[in-house]
Amino acid sequence: MGILEVKDVGKRFGGLQALSDVNLSVQENTVHAIIGPNGAGKSTLLNCLVGKLIPDTGSVMFDGQSVLGRKPYEINQMGISRVFQTPEIFGDLTVMENMMIPLFARRDGVFRLHAIQSVSAETDLITRAEAMLEDVNMLDKRHMHSASMSRGDKRRLEMAMCLVQEPRLLLLDEPTAGMARADTNNTIDLLKEIKATRPITMAIIEHDMHVVFSLADRITVLAQGTPLVEDTPENIKGHPKVREAYLGEHA
Amino acid sequence: MFGLGKRDFTLFLLVAVLAIFAPFILNPFPTDSAMAQFNAGYPDLMQRFVIFGILAIGFNILFGLTGYLSFGHAAFLGVGSYSAVWMFKLLSMNVIPAILLSMIVSGLFAVVIGYVSLRRSGIYFSILTLAFAQMSYNLAYSVLTPITNGETGLQITLDDPRLLGVSATADGGIPVTNLFGLEMRAYETVTMGPWEFQFSVGYYVAAIIMLASFYLSIRIFRSPFGMMLRAIKSNQNRLYYTGLNAKPYTLAAFVISGMYAGLAGGLLACMDPLAGAERMQWTASGEVVLMTILGGAGTLIGPVLGAGFIKYFENIFSKINDQVVHSWVSFLPDGIEDFVVGIIHPFVGKGWHLTLGLMFMAIVIFLPGGLVEGGQRIARRLRKRDGTKTETSTTPAE
Repeated sequence: MGILEVKDVGKRFGGLQALSDVNLSVQENTVHAIIGPNGAGKSTLLNCLVGKLIPDTGSVMFDGQSVLGRKPYEINQMGISRVFQTPEIFGDLTVMENMMIPLFARRDGVFRLHAIQSVSAETDLITRAEAMLEDVNMLDKRHMHSASMSRGDKRRLEMAMCLVQEPRLLLLDEPTAGMARADTNNTIDLLKEIKATRPITMAIIEHDMHVVFSLADRITVLAQGTPLVEDTPENIKGHPKVREAYLGEHA
Repeated sequence: MFGLGKRDFTLFLLVAVLAIFAPFILNPFPTDSAMAQFNAGYPDLMQRFVIFGILAIGFNILFGLTGYLSFGHAAFLGVGSYSAVWMFKLLSMNVIPAILLSMIVSGLFAVVIGYVSLRRSGIYFSILTLAFAQMSYNLAYSVLTPITNGETGLQITLDDPRLLGVSATADGGIPVTNLFGLEMRAYETVTMGPWEFQFSVGYYVAAIIMLASFYLSIRIFRSPFGMMLRAIKSNQNRLYYTGLNAKPYTLAAFVISGMYAGLAGGLLACMDPLAGAERMQWTASGEVVLMTILGGAGTLIGPVLGAGFIKYFENIFSKINDQVVHSWVSFLPDGIEDFVVGIIHPFVGKGWHLTLGLMFMAIVIFLPGGLVEGGQRIARRLRKRDGTKTETSTTPAE
């Protein structure tokens, strides 16, 4: 029984059957990649997991509880954090403030009228935020205005914001989309390091085969809204159906 | 100190000193001099400075931090005034219960308006708040006459019950607003040579409340709550996926801001116990938006500066009529004098709105951060000049 269990999920947009009969099981402490050509339904599937979309059929269970019908912030509070395709950070705030907000969210829940004590008095949380920034090599940038950073740094910050919440499942939506080769490699190294240093479960949606094969423990190939195969990276590489549907056009 | 960082404490101290010595600072010209009309140190106007300062500080908590532009804040001002006058009519002329009731009622009002309006953001939120304020204004004029006394405005009269006070004073007059016996309208005039300074009870009560409001706003700005509000302005999507619900945060900010406005409205009624519907009109809502943007939205001291700036214009610039302008340029030959007066005429006296509008446009275009940004730029330039000076002074030593 995986930490995330997707059963018979289907989603229709008007005349388009975006997802049908999707079954997926993400095991704890593994990296599970979901790949597929454009329009395969990868993003739709992810949006069904985080509460942005509600599937028409099927069920999504996280740690034995259904996530369907819950709001994105409730799903986050259950332990699922999400990294977006384009980094979503609080651009008007400093790097350190960006780190404090997820920590407050973990400690205080979805809302707390915490209006009198100063942020600078929260020494415990500040220490944790600094330790996390240290882990992603951004401690020297902690007073920077986050909107003025490079895209790679924004991506790093966004991951740090997710990781500092110690999520039980980290969802990554094309974490290297639109990145230069060097930034992509940096991101891969960062993710490898994260995987090596802490117990974490990740589900990655990715286009870039290089990223997928360097990180994933298991791969699900999605085509036209249905899972084609699910297997280890080695087997996927040689799978004829996959070559035909996906790798073939890229090779 | 007092839970504030060093810079915030300095700022607070500066505002406190300005507020305490305002009767001196605002009366720089001797009473008999020609410039005396630019003196703003009389109680009525000083009270308005601090009261509208409170309104703008509260508005800034909502607009400056979350970016939600409420165009209906005057409704809370009006509700606060009506509540305070009702307290004077029913309970006593003491200002404390009046202020408390005005804050409670405007807070409840803000919960209702905020709950509905905050379902939308951006321009739709502004329009919803504007609609609510105009609705309140029109209701106050028409169907709510039993509560608001319609066009005449709500006033205190000799036959009000005043359960804890007296309906009329011993000599048959209407009692005046007071703080445990200290009358709000009482003032002391101190003459120093040609100068006259007025120290009013009402002003100092309002100033102390303003300082308390300012202090609270600094604490809110530096708190986790304040940081969440800035995060809402920055990226709501990220906030939702970080496990936080923006709705209760914005509603809390809206209610706090509405209570600040109610407090300001209550104080207005304490200084002059009558309340009329025109206090709720949309122009009054627009005025607080102007104050905040003019001073610098999102900065701590900006709204207070903006409120002072606009109230000074409204009360001082509007008094410069043609006669005054004539007396300034009387040294010119007649024809030219009339011409010069003719040019200045539209900008002063009744035309003060034109000057204010032009200045507002200039500030928004050249100083998007308001008066505060102007001050920062001047400070930076001075520091730079100081820097070059010290550099040049050290070069000969080498």
